Formats: sequence, structure tokens, C-alpha cells
Amino acid sequence: MRKRMRERTTITMARSLLSLLLFFLLGGCPSPSLSAVQATDEPTLQDAWKTLTDKSYRNKEKAIAIIARNNTAEAYPVMKAMLEGKLYFSARDKALFIVEKQGKNHKFTPLFGGKSITQTNKHGFDKVKINNRLRTRLRQALAQLQLRHPDRDLRLTAVQELLKRPDPGTAGLIQDVVKKETDPEVRTAMRTLLAINQLDSTDRNKQRKAISELAGSLNPSALNALSAYRPTDATLKNLASAAIRNINERRERYDRAEMVFFGLSLGSVLALAAIGLAITFGVMGVINMAHGELIMIGAYTTYVIQLLMPGHIGLSVIVAVPAAFVVSALVGMAIELSVIRHLYGRPLETLLATFGVSLILQQAVRSIFSPLNRSVETPEWMSGAFQVNEVLALTWNRLYIIIFCLIVFATLILVMKKTLLGLQVRAVSQNRLMARAMGVRSKWVDALTFGLGSGIAGMAGVALSLLTNVGTNLGQAYIIDSFMVVVFGGVGNLWGTLVAGMSLGVINKLLEPWAGAVLAKILVLVFIILFIQKRPTGLFPQRGRAAED
Amino acid sequence: MKSGQALRELTRRDQVFEFLIKPRPPELDVRHNIILYLEALNKSFDGFKAISNLNLYIETGELRCIIGPNGAGKSTMMDIITGKTRPDSGQAWFGQRLDLLSMDEPQIAEAGIGRKFQKPTVFEKLSVFQNLELAMAQDKRVWPLLLTRLSAEQRDLIDEVMYLIGLQALATDPAGKLSHGQKQWLEIGMLLMQKPALLLVDEPVAGMTHQEMERTAELLTSLAGKHSVVVVEHDMDFVRSIARKVTVLHQGNVLAEGSMADVQNDPRVVEVYLGE
Amino acid sequence: MGMLDLLRNDKAGRWMLATLLLVSVLVPVLNLLVPQDSAFHLSTYAVTLLGKYLTYALLALAADLVWGYLGILSLGHGAFFALGGYAMGMYLMRQIGERGVYGDPLLPDFMVFLNWHELPWFWHGFDQFWFAALMVLLVPGLLAYVLGFLAFRSRVTGVYLSIITQATTYALMLAFFRNEMGFGGNNGLTDFKDLLGFDLRTDHTRIGLFLASSAALGLAYLLTRYIVCSRLGLASVAIRDAESRSRFIGYRVENIKLWVFVYSAVLAGIAGALYVPQVGIINPGEFSPLNSIELVIWVAIGGRGTLYGAVVGALLVNYAKTYFTAALPEVWLFALGGLFVLVTLYLPKGIVGLRRMREERA
Repeated sequence: MRKRMRERTTITMARSLLSLLLFFLLGGCPSPSLSAVQATDEPTLQDAWKTLTDKSYRNKEKAIAIIARNNTAEAYPVMKAMLEGKLYFSARDKALFIVEKQGKNHKFTPLFGGKSITQTNKHGFDKVKINNRLRTRLRQALAQLQLRHPDRDLRLTAVQELLKRPDPGTAGLIQDVVKKETDPEVRTAMRTLLAINQLDSTDRNKQRKAISELAGSLNPSALNALSAYRPTDATLKNLASAAIRNINERRERYDRAEMVFFGLSLGSVLALAAIGLAITFGVMGVINMAHGELIMIGAYTTYVIQLLMPGHIGLSVIVAVPAAFVVSALVGMAIELSVIRHLYGRPLETLLATFGVSLILQQAVRSIFSPLNRSVETPEWMSGAFQVNEVLALTWNRLYIIIFCLIVFATLILVMKKTLLGLQVRAVSQNRLMARAMGVRSKWVDALTFGLGSGIAGMAGVALSLLTNVGTNLGQAYIIDSFMVVVFGGVGNLWGTLVAGMSLGVINKLLEPWAGAVLAKILVLVFIILFIQKRPTGLFPQRGRAAED
Repeated sequence: MKSGQALRELTRRDQVFEFLIKPRPPELDVRHNIILYLEALNKSFDGFKAISNLNLYIETGELRCIIGPNGAGKSTMMDIITGKTRPDSGQAWFGQRLDLLSMDEPQIAEAGIGRKFQKPTVFEKLSVFQNLELAMAQDKRVWPLLLTRLSAEQRDLIDEVMYLIGLQALATDPAGKLSHGQKQWLEIGMLLMQKPALLLVDEPVAGMTHQEMERTAELLTSLAGKHSVVVVEHDMDFVRSIARKVTVLHQGNVLAEGSMADVQNDPRVVEVYLGE
Repeated sequence: MGMLDLLRNDKAGRWMLATLLLVSVLVPVLNLLVPQDSAFHLSTYAVTLLGKYLTYALLALAADLVWGYLGILSLGHGAFFALGGYAMGMYLMRQIGERGVYGDPLLPDFMVFLNWHELPWFWHGFDQFWFAALMVLLVPGLLAYVLGFLAFRSRVTGVYLSIITQATTYALMLAFFRNEMGFGGNNGLTDFKDLLGFDLRTDHTRIGLFLASSAALGLAYLLTRYIVCSRLGLASVAIRDAESRSRFIGYRVENIKLWVFVYSAVLAGIAGALYVPQVGIINPGEFSPLNSIELVIWVAIGGRGTLYGAVVGALLVNYAKTYFTAALPEVWLFALGGLFVLVTLYLPKGIVGLRRMREERA
């Protein structure tokens, strides 16, 4: 039975190829007369077009098959329109129209020439109705057409669509296309599809080849096909189970890679939130409990900028980065000048006072923006994913966070290493008295350093606003984590902060699958608490004699 | 058979389990008349050699002055002796039996090494009397501290020391209100309260008037004999006035050792001190 | 040293204890004996509120001992309080018995709701009051012991220690939020019926709890005062001001810190155990880092390193909180935040210090 079907598909394939050839020879004019060449045992193409207006779904299905086989220029748009529910026919003469919505009007474009009609309602037209079975057929038919499309992306989606529901009928089509395919990715997918079909072959050699082909694929269909594969032959059985093991191993490896990627992106968020703290806490020795609120202010700045620039979501996010930096930096400097300045050398008091500041900032923002959560719209270029292969997809927003974190970090290192401010900051942090004696205006440096740390917190806020809801508690959630990162990395060491943030993120994500999100977080906290006991100076302690006191 | 014996061992009433006995550090043993051995000590900070192959012996009852330019390793040496810093290599023994490198600060203090810091650190919020009471040689574990009260004998001892350091009129004043010189005295008083066998005194006369300096010199000389005293000092006049034996440290090493006159005539020492 | 001896130099402490005694007599009289329609009648709600304040005062006292006298700014004392509270809550939960919504004689309601069939091992014994009371002391004490043993031995001090304690209470909060932990998850433990056979809703039980809180505060004050005045207290202050110097005169800093810390944690646990039957609920929110840091500000506002200052601060701030959150909820966080800033900037010795300053000037 199956064998006969395959033979038939081969014949129809040949026919459609022939018609295609003729189609090109005749200059590609959309001529329904071509259908005259068709064999007589089947309805003609012209009949098929008409049949689409038929009520019987069964007939429509047959018609679709014919249209697809003939593949005239209209075939693709019509089937697409049909799938999307945009194919109509006039009640009068059953002529087919494709409808487009233009504002309030509907524009009916006839399929085979003629004037288009625009009207506000759909009077005089009936929709070509479809059911789920037809939808599947249409999708497959479209996929088949797409397989020959010059656009490589369209071809790829078509193959992937077919791979989701591999069935011998459609897969037969591939056999010829695959040889002409130039794009390696599309060809691999096509070969996988072919191999899936060849598992059913009676030829043992073909089956063996198919297994080895599938062993190299990461497509879930390949795995499904192999799992469903029941050979009688012991050798083939062994081959198949080896292939399954191989695939599973590789999939696991990629899953782990994905975990690490998730971990790195979480780590970037942690590092971003912590870098600002590393400056104020590490370099200046100031405990700023309001650091989280500076992040929160950065997030709200993003929200406000987006309100001010409606319609430019992508641009607004980019504008928000410097804006958040400035706003948070100003708030931070205000805190430094009004509170922290008077508390240098009393770290515990600074901690308490800045905690008070954090309460005030939270309530202030709550009073201004209401206690409800706000959300910032994600620009389009941040949605979607970067497909590495069939298993591993890296979402753009996570990728951008990592990149953003690295850029911020690199800039900061440059500022600290190459600018006068950086030099003065380092001088003051190492020996305040000596720096002052050398003419460094330490008070200014303190204020600017604090502003710098706060500004970076603001930029972290921009990143966070794109990941979660913007609320007044946004910062609180990160303050303990940030401290953990700074302490873990070693106070006063920016590199340590980066490494600590990244590694904590990765550890967290690697623990998550078997411990759950909350327990993973608890475990990480406990780990750091124990770690600090063991090495109170962190991963990368500041060395030297001064650090011993 | 064997296990039966072990069981009998376990149930013996006349013995206490080993882990119940508080481990006692061995007694100070100075049979060879040497109280402190420092041998082949090395310590570097980030590549900077603070102490390099240092050998130093202090005799019982000796008063030794240690001098040397800044960065000669004097403070690091003190830190090693009192357990604040661990050397990279070498040995430090207190008497014959006490390995200083295996003890921490409180153990070393309890074993009988007292230290006066370069910068006077007294407990500023506590009164002079309380400072001395805390420094007193006593059982310094938590329960005894909570339960014991000041005995008449202890009070007399504190009064005695207060008289010695001339602070009896200020007994109830917080130590933070004392002048710099008075704090120095209080530190010395605290040192005395500890009844140490070895006193390490770091710059005792910094910030003192001339009269105070003389009294300090008197006190330190009188202490020697009963105790061993090691004095680190910059003030050459002061050193000259008390020194019997002087050790010069330079770049973490002993440059010269001998009487003040010998040392002063040593050309290497002169070179290091550039004309002193 | 007798009790009188202890208070001889402690005028403020004498005043405080006398007031406490007076209130302990007045409150039951005003609540139980004065008729309800009289202007002098004290409502049971007010009695419970006062009782709650007293447990907060006890908590503040505990925190002041370690912060004011030992220099350890614990940002996790709320955790000890909550653990004591949970131990008491577990006892109260077991007392409900068949009177729960699901009527299970053994399992508390939330376990039935989670489809559990057995009592988790750590819930055994909590049907006995003596056991629960022991746990009120042991669990916070043990946590403090482990935390302190590790931290003090490796000489973690200052800000690092504060952050570790904060992280601890944060981790505990996350853990107690989990249903799988077996402590009622998000909702915590509530719907208590009776304590030692006394119905928790009656006025008499409320008065009893108030008096117990008052007595606990008074006794804890005396005991803590004793510690502070002992040589151990002197050594604590010495460690606070010059830790390494204390080592060089032979004090085992880590041991002293450890035991004072454990004692303080136990006090906090007792406070939590008295708090829970009065407010009728304990949930993971009590572990929130915000709570712990807020209690530090009670101490700071009252005046740290005085013990009675902490008590005064706790009572004042909590009264203000009750008033503001009812009358001007928006203003409360501004006020609390402002207090943090102003007290640390301008009143490092707290309200008590203010009075003392005026005395010195006069």
C-alpha cells in the first residue's frame, strides 16, 4: 500500500516538474490553459480553482492538492490567503478574491485579473471556509511550494515545518530538491527529513544510512523517529540505540551550554547591579544601602523616557542609558553630599543612614508614580533569539544584557585606569591623607566617585527594567545579592566583582534544575556565607601590608 | 579479650577521659637561660622582604634594645612573636618548649609575653582602673569572667600598679581622656598587670616629656632582671640611657649586635644611619 | 552582688524597672476591674498592643547588648526572634488539634491542605509545652552558635559580619516561604486556639501574656545588666573598642563574642515566643531583612550601649509606627527613613544621650 503511494508521488512529482519546466519555457505567464496538459484521470487545475468555492471540505482538499502540484504563480498567495482566512469568492459568479483590510475598508482583489473592489463591508462575498484538516494540508502544501522558493529563509522554515510532522507523502518531494539545494543548513534539514523517511525503507542499507544521518542531527523529529523506529534486525537496533545515545548526549551538552548562557546573563545582571556598589563600597569603603534604590531610579527613568518618546521604543531605551546614568548619579551625589560626607570612617552608621535614605527614596517614588508596578516595553530588536543550532537558541535580550554588562565594565575600567578621575580615586582610596597632601581635592573626588558608582547603578536599572516589572521594590531585591557579589569577589577589586557576579549567576542556574529556583538561591547564599568565613577577603583580596590591618 | 580490656579502661573511675582535660600549654622552660629564640625567620609582603633570615636570642632577665631605620622589620618581628603575623619560614620559640608559631595571640599572651604597641591602644571608654583590671593575669575564659568579682588582693595589686605609673588620682577617669604620655604609662601598667616573663615594648617614650622619659628609663631598668625586656626605640638618647646590649636591624636582618659603644662604632651601622 | 547592688549606679534602670512594675499593676486593673464604659478602661486591644511593644523592647535589649557593648551590628536579629516565634507557633498549632478546619487530630490544617499524611519529624514533641519552650531557647541559640562560631573564629567583623547576618535572615526568609519546608509557607502559622489550656481570646489570657512579657523584659534587663557590669561586660567593651589589643592581653575574643551573641539570640527567641501568641500569627515576613534593620534603628534612636535606651527606643518608635500607619500611612516611611538619617547624623547617642548631654551641660 505504502509502496504504491510512493510510486504515485514519484509520478506526480515528475508531472509537476514537467509543468514547472513548461511554465518557465512559456515565460512564466499565469496561464490556466497549461492545465490542459494534465492527465485526464484527474480534475483540471481550472476545475480545482472552482472547487475551492465548494462546500465540501473533502473536495477542497483534493483541489488544494492539484493546485499545489501545478504550482502556478497564484498557488502560493492563494493558499496563504486561504490559510489566513483572506480568500473570498463572489456570491454572484464564484470568482475568487483575496481581501486586504485598508483602514475601515476591505479591498477585494480578483485572482485572475479584473478590477479590484473596495467596500466597507463584505456584502456579496463569501469566505472560503477551512477546517483543521485543511489547515494542515495547506501548511504542508505551502511548505512544498516554499521548498523551491528562492528565499533561503523561506525554504528553511518550510523544511522545518515539514520536519514537525514528517509524513511520507511530503517527504518524497524533498528528494529532488535536496540535490539542488545550495544552502548547507537547509540541505541538512532536508537530509534529516529524507532520512526519517528512509527509516521505513525496506532496504537495510538505506536504513543504515538513514540512522547514521539521523545520529548527526539535533532535530527533535530525528530523535522521535529513531525512538519510534522498530527494526527487526539486531545490528540495526544497536545502531539506532547508539544513535539515540549520541543525540541525547549532544542535546544534554547543548542544554548545559544553555544553562551556562542563562547563568551568564543572570550573572551579568548581578555584576551590573554590583559594579556600582563595588566602587562605592570597595573603593571608598562606604556602605550604601540605598544602592538598590539608585537602580530603581534608573529603571523609572527608562519608564519616563519611554513615556516622553512614544513610538520610538527602540530609541528610547538607548536614550535611557545616559539619562539614567545622569539621574542616578545626581541623586547619588546628593546623598553623598548631604549624608555620607559626615559619616566617613563610621561604616556601620553609614549603613544605617543610607538605609534611611533608601526608605525615603522608595516612598518618594511610590508617592510620585503610585505603588503599582510599571512596565517598560521591550524594543523589537531585543525580542527573538539567536539560533545557534536546532537545540540551542540564545535570546537576544539576554545576549544584549551580557554585552551591555561587558561594555559598562570595560568603560569603567578605562575610566579608572586612564582618566585623571580614576587616578585620583585610586589615590584617595589607598591613602586619603597622602592624596590630599599631593593636592587631590579628596572631597570632590569622593562626590564624583559616588556619583560614578550611583550612575552605573542607574544604568543597571535600565537593563533591569527591560527584564522585570518596574516597581519601588525593584532595588531591594538586588541589594543583598549585590553585596554578596562584591564581598565574594573581594572588596576593592572590580575584576573580582565581574568574576564573582558571573560565577554566582552560573552556579545559581546550574543548581536550579535539581534544586528549584528558591532553593538554588538559598544554597548560593549559604555558600557565600560559608565562603566569607573561610576567606573573609573574598576571591581576589587586596594584597599588601596595608590590607592586613 | 582485648575489647574487654578496652572496656575496663573506659569504665575506670579514677581517670577522666582525655578529651575532658583542658589542654594545658607546657610550662615556660628557660633552663638554658634563653627566653626567646628566633631562628632563620623570613617574611615577605608582596615581594617586599620585611624579615630575611633573622636570628635573635634574648636571655632571661635581659634588657635588650632594638634599633634600626624605618622598614628594618622591627614591627614585623614583634608581630611574629606575638602571633599577629605568621612568618613564611623559620622558627620562633618561647623558652625551650613553647612553639610560638603554633599558638595564637591569646595563648601567647597567656604563656607570658606582653606587648606594648607603638601607638598606645588603651580601652578609651573604660576607666584607668578597669583597663588595669582587664589586663590583670587571671582566668580569661567566659564563665570565670562572668562570675568572678574583684578580690581585695587584686584591688591592692591594681592600686600598686597605679601608684607605680602615677595614675592613681585618675583611677575612675575614662582612659580616652588621658594625655598621650599618660596613655603610654597606662599601657606599661597594663603590661605589668599581665605579669609577663617577656615584655615587648615598642617605642615607649614617643610623646613623653623629658622627665617622663627618665622615669620610664628607670622603670624599664628596674623591670629587667625579674623580667626579660625587649625595647624597640628610635630615640637614641633614651636607648643610650638604658641599653646594655643593642641589636641593630637592617632590611629584616641583624646588622650588628653588642654594647651601645660597639654598635655606634660599627661602620656598617654608621652607613645605614648616615652620619648618626 | 545582689540586685540592689546591681542597680546602685543605674538610676535610669531603676526608673525603668519601677515604671514597668507600675504599668504591670495598672494595666490589669484598668482592663479587668474598671468597667468598660468608664473613661479609664483600657481595652484588651490596647493591652495586647502594649504586650507586643514589650516583646519588641526585649528584642531591642538583645540587639543592644551585641551592638552597644560588643560592636556587632547584627542585621539578622529578626531571624532569632522569628525562630523563637516559630517554635512557639508550632506548639500553638499542635494545640489546635481537631478544632482545625479539616479536623485532623494530628496534622495542622496547612499540611492536610498540602495532602501530607504524616507529621514531619521536626514537628514531633511540639505538642508538649516544655519541649516547645526548650526549642524557643535552643533553636535561636544554636543558629547563633553556628553562625558566631564560624564568623568570629575567622575574624569576620564590622560591615562583613552585618552583611552575613543579613544574608542569613534573608536566606531563612526564602526558605520559610517554601511550602516544602513544612512551616506553612507563605501563610505561616495562625488560627491559634489556646496556650497551656488557656483560651487565647479571653481577656485574662491576654493580661497573662502581657504580664509575662513585662516580667521577661524586667528579668532580662537585670540579667543583661549583670553581664554588662561583670568583668565579661568590661571585656566586651574592650573588644568593641580595640579587638586586637584585647587579644594581646590574653582574651579569647571569639569565645567572648560567641557566648554573648548566643545569649542575645536566646533573648530574641524568647521575645519572639511571647510575641506570637499575642499577635496570633507568625509568617516568613518576620525574617525579612527590613525587620531586622528596623529594630536596629529602635536601638539607635533610644541610645545604644545603655540597655534602657534600647527599651525606650523600641517603645517610642513602635508607638509612632502604630500611630502613623493608621493616621498617615504615606508619611510613615518618610518619617522612619528620616529618623535613620537624623539619628545617625545628629544623635549618635540617641534620645538617652540627649538627656545625658543636657545633664552634663547643666
